[in-house]
Amino acid sequence: MKKRKKVKKGLIVAFFAIVISLGTLIASNVMAHVNNINLGLDLQGGFEVLYEVEPIDSESEINRELLSDTVSALNARIDVLGVSEPNISIEGDNRIRVQLAGVTDQETARELLSTEARLSFRDVDDEVKMDGGDLVEGGARQSFHPDTNQPIVTVTVADASLFEDITREISSRPMGENILAIWLDYDEGDSYEEEIMKEDSKIVSAPRVSHVISSRDVMIEGDFTSEEASDLAGILNAGALPVELTEIQADSVGASLGERSMEMAINAGIVGIALIFAYMLVYYRFMGFISLLTLTGYIYLVLVVFDWMNAVLTLPGIAALILGVGMAVDANIITFERIKDELRSGKSTMSAFRAGSRRSLSTILDANITTILAAGVLFYFGTSAVQGFAVMLIVSILASFITSVFGARLLLGLWVNSRILNKRPRMFGVKEREISEL
Amino acid sequence: MNFEHWNTKLDFVKHRKKFFALSTVFLLLGIIMLATVGLNLGIDFRSGTTIDIMADETITADEIRGHFEEIGFTPDDVTLAGEENNIGRASFIGGLDQQETLQIQNHFNDVYGSMPNVSTVTPLVGEELARNAIISVLIATVGIIIYVTIRFEFLYGLSAIVALFHDALFIVGVFSIVQMEVNIPFIAAVLTIIGYSINDTIVTFDRIRENMTYEKKVKGFDDLARVVNKSLVQTLARSLNTVLTVFFAAAALFFLGGDALRTFSLALVVGLIAGTYSSLFIAAQLWLVLKARQLKKGRRRVKQSEREQQPET
Repeated sequence: MKKRKKVKKGLIVAFFAIVISLGTLIASNVMAHVNNINLGLDLQGGFEVLYEVEPIDSESEINRELLSDTVSALNARIDVLGVSEPNISIEGDNRIRVQLAGVTDQETARELLSTEARLSFRDVDDEVKMDGGDLVEGGARQSFHPDTNQPIVTVTVADASLFEDITREISSRPMGENILAIWLDYDEGDSYEEEIMKEDSKIVSAPRVSHVISSRDVMIEGDFTSEEASDLAGILNAGALPVELTEIQADSVGASLGERSMEMAINAGIVGIALIFAYMLVYYRFMGFISLLTLTGYIYLVLVVFDWMNAVLTLPGIAALILGVGMAVDANIITFERIKDELRSGKSTMSAFRAGSRRSLSTILDANITTILAAGVLFYFGTSAVQGFAVMLIVSILASFITSVFGARLLLGLWVNSRILNKRPRMFGVKEREISEL
Repeated sequence: MNFEHWNTKLDFVKHRKKFFALSTVFLLLGIIMLATVGLNLGIDFRSGTTIDIMADETITADEIRGHFEEIGFTPDDVTLAGEENNIGRASFIGGLDQQETLQIQNHFNDVYGSMPNVSTVTPLVGEELARNAIISVLIATVGIIIYVTIRFEFLYGLSAIVALFHDALFIVGVFSIVQMEVNIPFIAAVLTIIGYSINDTIVTFDRIRENMTYEKKVKGFDDLARVVNKSLVQTLARSLNTVLTVFFAAAALFFLGGDALRTFSLALVVGLIAGTYSSLFIAAQLWLVLKARQLKKGRRRVKQSEREQQPET
């Protein structure tokens, strides 16, 4: 009989050193990463609108430039709202998706977004005299009327002589018709007479022009609160949108319902992962214990990558993460089954470990590269939801590769090479009678 | 799941025709259902609005209808959800406009103290997503065949793809038969299963390929059958353990994950079963049949060329 070689205790100490230090690292900052991850609308509440972008007049065409102009205009409007981390993205050739997570006042937000803010100055016959394009960009300000102290909006016209001509013409009209109505979002068919009677009128202000104005500053008076006035100034500065936006999809999630979904998904995840851990421990014994460590590492790694990528975690994302654990476990299972096979064939623990790791690697590589290939294509050709899924899949495959292949190899290798497991096939879930004589 | 595969004798190959027949019957049934009854398309694929209302206590559908009538709306459908039936889901076919949804949201916020979820769609978005997913999968298919042809050989790739479509069609068929609502997460589930299916099939093929290299000479069907049987038995423990662990996760999501994830997790469970079944009984067996035919053809060609050469000598 061979003499039993001495156990290398150093490697086991190294194992515990690695596990404890990584464990401390994970425990110390996992919550920081988790709290940093942006939650999707379905988890924290908020709302999402998908707009179809159409040109205002039939001559202009929707192109990339116009779309990104619209996105910046929308961004500027959302700034007015003070929403943190809005997500506005262009989709396809003529769509814009706006996601406002955690917005409590949906009503205002939605109105503000869909208001086109096409400013026009019209006479009583609805003849357009001047429009948003004649104003100085960024020149709108909220201020107070010098006499009444009422909140007003001041704008600056680009061409003083143009304004002079307009006011000269209007002031020459008879009383009652000498009005320069300031319209927001005038639509074909709207008329001054009707609109001025309405309570929620598109005419923000209808000043009487009794003399020629040669100054470039125009005061817009309305029945504003100072908040409304500064919103309007914000919209005007953001630039009138060059396009028409039609809502084609809208989703809104109440905060408490989102919270509840998240709680349930996380609870389900804890139960599912606990079941996986229990199964691995029972079936693979000591190797199962190693996979428990690597799977914990996997979950941590995926969360960290998610944080770094600034990805938005959604309900299907949580589900994919939990399923990812199931997939990551596959790499462990393939390796462990191989090691067991090698042990059964009568190899020593050390050579069974080496042969098993080596042989399983090419299998795992082939299977994972094929899946990554599929995910890559989905990412390249898919639309937003499909793309998000593909990213999740790629991240989980890569993370499982690092943890379940290399991590498991390192950790299990320390034990195997320490020789403490020699002649203990039961620790690997292999019974003595299963081992064939070499 | 423990299999003593070194002394287990399972003949998967013997029953291959039954498996092919079973799958064909099932897939045909699925296609017929799909063509006649179709899928129960959720709001994601139809024009309309759904409103989820959450209350603190158990509510009834009549109660919800009553609240809607109060403000002058008649939902087309009201269903209840949640463990204690504390969530009401009202749907409006055709959809509501911005003003109307805001009015409803505010009303129920006053009644139950929580803002309802509203989702409005035109079918455009869901349809586009589905179409896009299908196109992407078709393109991915080509990529997979190319990769597998380079790493393995063409017949492996072809069989893997057949198994992939088998699994995808299987889920869609089951959903058509049970008439569960199909929504956007369902598409994510089908994509997950496609990923899983390829993964699973490739692992099995890898073992077949490895065992093929140990064989001295593969003459015909019987040799191939032996290799396939041996490989399947060898990977059986892995296949079952993997599907079990993923199954644990999917089942936990199904039972505990809440309504939002129910369709998703059911599609996964169905797909996992189909995926494992197809790797064992469809993909490997199909490869066997194709490979055997290829060998036969090859031999015939060799014989033929021998005959052709004879007169010259």
